[in-house]
Amino acid sequence: MASPQMVMYEEEFNQIQTVVDRLVRDANAKVVFIVDKNGQLIAAAGDIENVDTTSLASLTAGNIAATGGMAKLLKENEFATQFHEGEKANIHIQLVGNRVILVVIFDARSSLGLVRLRVKKASEELNHIFESLLKKVHEPGADSPFAEITDEDIDNLFND
Amino acid sequence: MSFINYMAREINCKLVYYGPGLCGKTTNLQYIYERTNPEAKGKMISLATETERTLFFDFLPLSLGEIRGFKTRFHLYTVPGQVFYDASRKLILKGVDGVVFVADSQVERTEANLESVENLRTNLAEQGYLLDKLPYVVQYNKRDLPNVASVDELRGMLNPTNVPDFEAVARTGIGVFDTLKQVAKLVLTELKKGSSSA
Repeated sequence: MASPQMVMYEEEFNQIQTVVDRLVRDANAKVVFIVDKNGQLIAAAGDIENVDTTSLASLTAGNIAATGGMAKLLKENEFATQFHEGEKANIHIQLVGNRVILVVIFDARSSLGLVRLRVKKASEELNHIFESLLKKVHEPGADSPFAEITDEDIDNLFND
Repeated sequence: MSFINYMAREINCKLVYYGPGLCGKTTNLQYIYERTNPEAKGKMISLATETERTLFFDFLPLSLGEIRGFKTRFHLYTVPGQVFYDASRKLILKGVDGVVFVADSQVERTEANLESVENLRTNLAEQGYLLDKLPYVVQYNKRDLPNVASVDELRGMLNPTNVPDFEAVARTGIGVFDTLKQVAKLVLTELKKGSSSA
């Protein structure tokens, strides 16, 4: 199929969460989150109670997809970085390893320079984590919660 | 592709509603949104033009319940149906787990339906998918209108591979949840198959 299955295990999740937690502090960010290119939220940190991370994740992926489409038309590989400046909030979007998207939302307490600097370091770390995660997913015998479910389990989900 | 999160104990899948302009893709999602419990749904997002035509996509996250301790979450997307938005349609198909083709049953939309289903096949192929290998259902919408083709005719034209199909009136909700349940079921069955053959 076109893209490999994304699987998240506890070990890698904790590593990723550590990186995003630290990025919130180091970049003085309001919210940091990671989305896969299909719009699935992978991890989030910061003031996430007050933002709709599911919607933001889907729109971010749409945004990256649209920008990727433009890049293709211009014979560019990708536009890896995007920055949206608002009156109060700003969004910095970084494509990591062409696989996942790192989003940082920040306000006047931080600056674009600081965010860029911290994002660069975090991206490298995240790239390593996702590379090893991908290897793990492809290992033979990687278990799936679906291996044991039955047709009946699926039917039961749809019984009103 | 689906996303299995062991940490959150969640399985996330992506469903795409495809079809010609004004066939009722957004109406399907709106009905689902209106009739779903608040705790099972997220916010519905519509990126539409000023005249309410879908510009990029509609998005609706839904929770369908648990299977063996894993929450099943489905992300529903529509594509913009108008012919000239083809570049956007391709993007939305990325990572799709299941497709609903919404056909407009009106006789005068026959050609638009055929063109759209062909476009679906082509755009999927560009992303490396084969329509015939994907969880896929067809919905014949607008059955309440006077000038509709018979289901047999529509089936002959739009569903040669005999995937599950449904008659619908998305505006009033007829067939909407049957369609959704069927495609969700096919996606989960496909995941099960995929994992047992791995």
